[in-house]
Amino acid sequence: MDNTYAIEMLNITKRFPGIIANDNVSLQLRKGEIHALLGENGAGKSTLMSVLFGLYQAEEGIIKKDGVEVHINDPNDANALGIGMVHQHFKLVECFTVLDNIIMGVEPVGALGILQKRQAREKVMAISEKYGLHVDPDALVRDISVGMQQRTEILKMLYRENEILIFDEPTAVLTPQEIEDLMQIMRNLVKEGKSILFISHKLAEIMAVSDRCTVLRKGKHVGTVDTNKTSMEELSAMMVGRNVNFHVQKGPAKLGEVVLEVSGITVASKVHKNNAVKKVSFKVRRGEIVCIAGIDGNGQTELVHGITGLEPLVEGKIKLCGQDISNASIRQRNVKGMSHIPEDRHKHGLILDYSLEDNLILETYFQPRFTSKAGFLKRDNIRDYSEKLIEQYDVRSSQGPATRARSMSGGNQQKAIVAREIDKNPELLVAVQPTRGLDVGAIEYIHHQLIAQRDDGKAVLLVSLELDEVMDIPDRILVMYEGEIVGQFDPKKTTEEELGLYMAGAKRMEVKA
Amino acid sequence: MLLLIQYTLIFSSVLILVALGGCFSEHSGVINLGLEGIMVMGGLGGALAMRYLPPDLPALAMILVVLLCAIGLGALYSSLLAIACINFKADQTIVGTALNILGTAAATVIVKAINTATNPNDVSSTIQYIRPKKSFIVNIGSFEFNWFMLIALIAVVIAYIVLYKTRFGLRLMACGEHPQAADSVGINVYKMRWYGVLISGVFGGLGGICYLLAGVSEWKFENGVAGFGFLALAVMIFGQWKPIRIAVSALLFGAFRALSNVYFGFEFLQSLNIPSTVYNMMPYIISLVVLAFTSRHSMAPKAEGIPYDKSQR
Repeated sequence: MDNTYAIEMLNITKRFPGIIANDNVSLQLRKGEIHALLGENGAGKSTLMSVLFGLYQAEEGIIKKDGVEVHINDPNDANALGIGMVHQHFKLVECFTVLDNIIMGVEPVGALGILQKRQAREKVMAISEKYGLHVDPDALVRDISVGMQQRTEILKMLYRENEILIFDEPTAVLTPQEIEDLMQIMRNLVKEGKSILFISHKLAEIMAVSDRCTVLRKGKHVGTVDTNKTSMEELSAMMVGRNVNFHVQKGPAKLGEVVLEVSGITVASKVHKNNAVKKVSFKVRRGEIVCIAGIDGNGQTELVHGITGLEPLVEGKIKLCGQDISNASIRQRNVKGMSHIPEDRHKHGLILDYSLEDNLILETYFQPRFTSKAGFLKRDNIRDYSEKLIEQYDVRSSQGPATRARSMSGGNQQKAIVAREIDKNPELLVAVQPTRGLDVGAIEYIHHQLIAQRDDGKAVLLVSLELDEVMDIPDRILVMYEGEIVGQFDPKKTTEEELGLYMAGAKRMEVKA
Repeated sequence: MLLLIQYTLIFSSVLILVALGGCFSEHSGVINLGLEGIMVMGGLGGALAMRYLPPDLPALAMILVVLLCAIGLGALYSSLLAIACINFKADQTIVGTALNILGTAAATVIVKAINTATNPNDVSSTIQYIRPKKSFIVNIGSFEFNWFMLIALIAVVIAYIVLYKTRFGLRLMACGEHPQAADSVGINVYKMRWYGVLISGVFGGLGGICYLLAGVSEWKFENGVAGFGFLALAVMIFGQWKPIRIAVSALLFGAFRALSNVYFGFEFLQSLNIPSTVYNMMPYIISLVVLAFTSRHSMAPKAEGIPYDKSQR
């Protein structure tokens, strides 16, 4: 009976300074199954897989392959045992071809180490055919789509004839169609006798594709269940440790005066010569959440950049509480009551190599409470303030205010930004994809914060690509298509299907600001 | 005209060798700003060999021993960069600069010590190599063929094959572009970077002795190598880290450098009556201008300059 498991990880414990990433965790992967590993950000999923792949060594516990104990000290050992991994951030050399990336490390060579690419190419093409993994072997990785990059990663594992395939959050970067393709590929792989470990925090995908599911919470093993005998509700309760509401409760909106008035603004595109935003006008009032919906790349990013001052306007006017801020600097907009939860939290939200406390005062450091008249920072006040925020917004990190932002999990980085932006007590909160890449618990938290702001009489402008979020959170939906607003809806009176038609450009209506 | 070609070829050979050295180092992910110092050390190794070898040695033996000494000292010196930057993760720019300062200074001190030991009145930092130099030169008509021209040509071909056609090249460049990716497929990043730096030491040393033998028959080590290491870096960048393009851009820079040696041979240049210092400045000014315009489209290896730390992901 030993042989029913391809891989067993028994009682694994892995500690990092200040944190136990895996605490006595066990995981058993049967041969020929898709086994999901579910947990919130920072639950220890990636760490556990890194232990299996030899990137980290566990302090305690054993790993068995086919019932025999093995020691995996580096990725070479894992590879020799037939374990392959598709990392969340692809490990591909961008200026190499797809073929070069696949063979790298196990290159077929002739005399003097000269590469023999022809036989490698034949083998790659044969595998690609067999599993339906379409790639262009001679294309440079930097020129191909994210989906093809992922297929390249999968081919890397198959080229090495790996039997156990680890997928670390493979769907995070894919479009819905690519996700569908990937799931089909995973099913094909299992049919051919491969065993798959699938890391995710997206419940729908786990329900759709996996046979069994192991749940981790805060580094501890919560349980392993058969997917067809469980439900999304049960899984999310196991993951978060309490019942999660998928639907947000909120009362009716109490509209106040106009806070943000955008009239006829046009913003240039960085990607192409045309304008990304074309004469867009709308208003956001106190006490309402307005959501800009649309398929990615229809000008939402540029619209927000125009409003927040990251990009100059080509034409048009923006008023905040009646004051013209069309040409105001970002600092002026901040001071006048605009808060911004940016789309890219690494690029525009945080300085990753600064401490958490310094990130928390990025927009307020110049105030007398943090800077003395002589220009010195008041470190004690900053520490007190950040400790208050960390507690109030439940930002978790290994070393408190002094933690480097880079070392924090995505959910906690986002919470830190939310804390900073909301604590400024803004008139207008601009939130762009505020829940992207976050797990169920963190999403619920952020949604509650947005609604609390609305109920507090603030104006909230939300930009979202997730239809669930678009239907649930706002009081009014504006659909953006090719830089224009093509529809306005009341979320209670519309359907996802109707929105989809407008988002795809199949229908449009006149919208007055 | 023939003289111009001759000088162009020999100065280009220097630039090709040293730039290829930089190219290997940078493709492995280590910025080698210490090429200048490595050249001086390689030159010192070669010059000392020429000083102490019996001058009646057969040409081939002379060439081989001199080259080996230059290569050896160059590689040894470059290993300082490797230890500091790869094993101890020091800042590559600072270590490279330190190597440059140390190279010229150490060579001056060593040569002065040797000179004073043989003749207490001689405090110069000069080594003469009039006779051994002849071993490197074959006269074809009035053209002075220097063996280094052939060596540089072979080096370009070998560099091209190694980088683009071999397993070693693929792995080396992976370490300079995305060391985490290389590591994840079992390539030892530290080892590959050591190879990259040592190869740059070999080429740098060769380039150093080639530079010493290019024009003159004696060398004053106080002068170092007059910025040729940096010129080679400019050539490497203008050559977009690709051997063939490096060779072409080295010819361009070499021609300007050669002009300063032979401009008086051209009547129209002489009639312009420009001071010779202007010609001397030319290659450096050109490199400034060229880099200002081209470095924006630079194809530098992505991970160069960043120490690789296995534990960081």
